[in-house]
Amino acid sequence: MEFLELGKIGLLIGFLLVLVGFWGILQQKNIIKIIVSFTILNTGINLIMVALGYLRGRTAPIIDDSVEQLANNNVINAVVDPVPQALVLTAIVIGFGVTALLLAFAMKLYTAKQTLEINHYNDLKW
Amino acid sequence: MLRNVLLALVLASFGLIFYNLYNSYEPHEELTGIAAHFAQDGAKEVGAANLVTAVVVSYRSFDTLGEITILFLTAAIISFFLKLSKEDEDTIITHRGTSELLVTASGLLIPLMFMFGIYVFINGHLSPGGGFQGGAIIASAVVLSIMANPNIAINHNVIVWVESISGISIVLIGVLGIIIGGGFLDSRILPLGKIGEIFSAGTIPIIYSFIGLKVGAELSNILNKYQKSQKES
Repeated sequence: MEFLELGKIGLLIGFLLVLVGFWGILQQKNIIKIIVSFTILNTGINLIMVALGYLRGRTAPIIDDSVEQLANNNVINAVVDPVPQALVLTAIVIGFGVTALLLAFAMKLYTAKQTLEINHYNDLKW
Repeated sequence: MLRNVLLALVLASFGLIFYNLYNSYEPHEELTGIAAHFAQDGAKEVGAANLVTAVVVSYRSFDTLGEITILFLTAAIISFFLKLSKEDEDTIITHRGTSELLVTASGLLIPLMFMFGIYVFINGHLSPGGGFQGGAIIASAVVLSIMANPNIAINHNVIVWVESISGISIVLIGVLGIIIGGGFLDSRILPLGKIGEIFSAGTIPIIYSFIGLKVGAELSNILNKYQKSQKES
């Protein structure tokens, strides 16, 4: 059952989401769909980071009864890595900010040209 | 055609990189380095039961201050982008009412959502959650109220005051850390208390509550801007 380990599943799904996000950003023509692809890419990267901090058979990094049951109050043997989770918290907030900005740009673009098709925005194309 | 070939090439190379990364990845068996220190001494040094909160609000609190600054910057840039002209600001548009189900359910749910958001950020040092999550829950209550009643006018002054006061309070607590503690945003200027209690972990619950209020106010501000931009002619 080597394949079905939680950390590896998280890693695999994260990589797949990153690929889907890249595909969407490069392939889609609608600006809203590009933004959605961007958030999928973002989620994939966050999932990879959390999966990298996973340790087999351990619990969340919160000191409570489960820590006592797992490792007799020896926290270092009971919890997964808290650092990637803290970093992902930061990354989610930054991702939110970027997505909100992208949506504001999309609204401005729509009021300028009444279309969200990326092919119609060819002002900088030579 | 060429476009699709290039696209396939890009995706295939990324896939190759990821495949190799995935194959060569060996999960750790033990915590190492800084993570081991956080797990071993985090509870003793900071007093927070939730080690992620200990990292976010105590060990790396400067990072978190930067994070809320970025969120503030996002709100500021969005209000700059979606700025309405004077005439548009004064126009009154009435939207069609929404369904009875949504209106009735939102009356029941919105107070509960506010309460749950506040619960999440007050208990950020004890349970999963914290300021950012609680703030996001509060903002989702605001989304629901906008969806249920599209004509609702969110009070801009309340948002600005909550946001400013919480932001200034976080920085003041940080400066207090320099004066009587060990450095900027030192959470140990209040007694650490017993781990697992609500009044424990020094200033972590206070800072995280302010972060929750600030994040909730900022997200509501962004939503308010989006809602108002419908007036744009």
